[in-house]
Amino acid sequence: MRHIISLLMENEAGALSRVAGLFSARGYNIESLSVAPTEDPTLSRMTIVTSGSDAVIEQINKQLNKLVDVAALIDLSEGGHLERELMLVKVRAEGGAREGLKRMADTFRGRIIDETDHTYTIELTGSCAELDSLLEKIGRDLILETVRTGASGIGCGDRILKL
Amino acid sequence: MELTGAEILIRCLQEEQVEYVFGYPGGAVLFIYDELFKQDKVKHVLVRHEQAAVHAADGYARSSDKVGVALVTSGPGLTNAVTGIATAYMDSTPMVVISGQVPTGAIGEDAFQEVDAVGITRPCVKHNYLVKDVKDIASTIKKAFYLAKSGRPGPVLVDIPKDVSNHRTAFEYPASVNIRSYHPAGKGDSGQIRHAAQMLLEAKRPMIYAGGGVVLSDASAQLTDLVRLLGFPCTNTLMGLGGLPASDKHFVGMLGMHGTYEANMAMQHCDVLLAVGARFDDRVIGNVEHFAEVPRKIIHIDIDPSSIAKRVKVDLPIVGDVNLVLDELLGVLRSGRQVPGAADMAAWWKQVNEWRAVGGGLRYKNSSEIIKPQFVIEKLHEITGGDAFITTDVGQHQMWTAQYYKFEKPRRWITSGGLGTMGFGLPAAMGVQMVNPGATVACVTGEGSIQMNIQELSTCKQFRLPIKIIALNNGYLGMVRQWQEFFHGNRYSETYMNALPDFVKLAEAYGHVGMRVEKPADVEPALKEAFARKHDLVFMDFRTDPTENVYPMVPGGRGLSEIILAEEL
Repeated sequence: MRHIISLLMENEAGALSRVAGLFSARGYNIESLSVAPTEDPTLSRMTIVTSGSDAVIEQINKQLNKLVDVAALIDLSEGGHLERELMLVKVRAEGGAREGLKRMADTFRGRIIDETDHTYTIELTGSCAELDSLLEKIGRDLILETVRTGASGIGCGDRILKL
Repeated sequence: MELTGAEILIRCLQEEQVEYVFGYPGGAVLFIYDELFKQDKVKHVLVRHEQAAVHAADGYARSSDKVGVALVTSGPGLTNAVTGIATAYMDSTPMVVISGQVPTGAIGEDAFQEVDAVGITRPCVKHNYLVKDVKDIASTIKKAFYLAKSGRPGPVLVDIPKDVSNHRTAFEYPASVNIRSYHPAGKGDSGQIRHAAQMLLEAKRPMIYAGGGVVLSDASAQLTDLVRLLGFPCTNTLMGLGGLPASDKHFVGMLGMHGTYEANMAMQHCDVLLAVGARFDDRVIGNVEHFAEVPRKIIHIDIDPSSIAKRVKVDLPIVGDVNLVLDELLGVLRSGRQVPGAADMAAWWKQVNEWRAVGGGLRYKNSSEIIKPQFVIEKLHEITGGDAFITTDVGQHQMWTAQYYKFEKPRRWITSGGLGTMGFGLPAAMGVQMVNPGATVACVTGEGSIQMNIQELSTCKQFRLPIKIIALNNGYLGMVRQWQEFFHGNRYSETYMNALPDFVKLAEAYGHVGMRVEKPADVEPALKEAFARKHDLVFMDFRTDPTENVYPMVPGGRGLSEIILAEEL
């Protein structure tokens, strides 16, 4: 099953590689990983999307918690949470296809942030599934380039991960 | 007054009351060695290879309650140390390894003797640090010792660039340490402990399975009290030997791949299993699916939550320091009136004893013609009164020692269990002897393993370490040969040790005493003579039966009850 794990860790050199190394050393799946400092510059917030059996997910949580640099951790998928990912996708937009692509971007509430006479660059924020869905609608033939940030996640309401 | 980084480092080691540092100098640690030279509180033990420095620090730590310290230079100094660090990590030894690094300005430029020490060691340390500012040395060393010793212990590496060791700053050793992201477990959950007590009292076929965590947590007394209070059978893992005195009537021997029949069968067929500071690894329970075929309730006490439910499902987890959890569990059991059901216990012990009879105990067929390795260990036990510190290397000799040397006390049995590192025994014995001067220390080894760190005979000479080396020399890499006999059609691929040195002459060349023992009748007199030499290192080359196998054996990947017993003897 797919899980979104969110954690706070010391914003120190090598902290990211401790997490990445843990996943590769123990053979865990890693679908995406995004990380950036928080309002407290000594802390980084990381969102990891992974999948595995309940036992594997339990181990992933425990092994992450065991890292000395990891200060707090939450498995967002165990409760109410929001998930967003940013995608920039550059598509071939020529002739009659231009209008259709524009409508498609509108339908998904995406924005065209750059255009030439033969390309559009669409910006879209949404769940991973919504981003997948737009890519599928556009079709691989028209896609020139796709850039995705990986998911960021946050708990709903009073579900807060803070030190 | 401002001190250099190197001075600060040495002052920190003094503050931590480090008596011995095991190390090897080099370019990147010159300033540190210069400061070592100028003082005499922290003594340095010069090894002949960095791997040995780390194993020596490991033996030092395991046979005491102290943190082992090793010091190596950058590049090859560090890479040589990695096997030692990984060994310590797998067996949770508290250790601080200090490595030199090229100057900060040269990092990343493929400088001479540069290697990414923090990167290379990351998967085999509890934590590591690259100190880029001299102001951080004191606080980092403080943290390193705290991390190494607290919680589940482990090695911590501190990498110090050469220029940082020569920069100056004011020195103040922090009085306390606070790492906001690190909270080692202490007491266990009281509700869970009460629940565990109830499960144990209601058990019909209970079993206690105790590992290295008991030794690391200094909880042997509590474990022994618990076993005697409840009257349950108890087994020790390889790492846990000595956690319960081997002479205790509840002890059913070591379990696992080369464990006793009764220990493995009781493990497989119990209805309530109390696991204490053990981790259900592959050499202990073999095949997980096979283990799960018999339903049983498992209570698991461990300081490391990630050790719980890693390989087997656990019904009642108790995260905490084994020492504190057992204290509380004993308190609960003693304050209640309930005791284990007498009829159930009698029936269970009857079953365990039946298994003991079927297995026939640990046995081998002795010979008057050729030396049997098990016989040497039995005599070693006898002559040392079962009270020696015993280190080993890895292979058949290690298993025979685990089986036939009956350990009565914790921290006497020093072996590389997790990583299985050949070459561990001799340097580990050096560390053991340094921290236990005057004690009897023996290294049981094979002719294969001993050659992996034989250069340390030189260190032993320099520091006058009267270690007794018991080499069970069968001319083969015996454990591999045994697997080739069982599973690879007797094709002894590269396991025959050709062109062995004359170990007697070799020992003598290093300034030690060498003895060759070829007849069973000479084993006892030779051992007596060797151990009577209180001030000499004696290298004993026992020529043993090359065909001898370690039994019982649970083949790799098989279940505990699929055990091969000794051939009909």
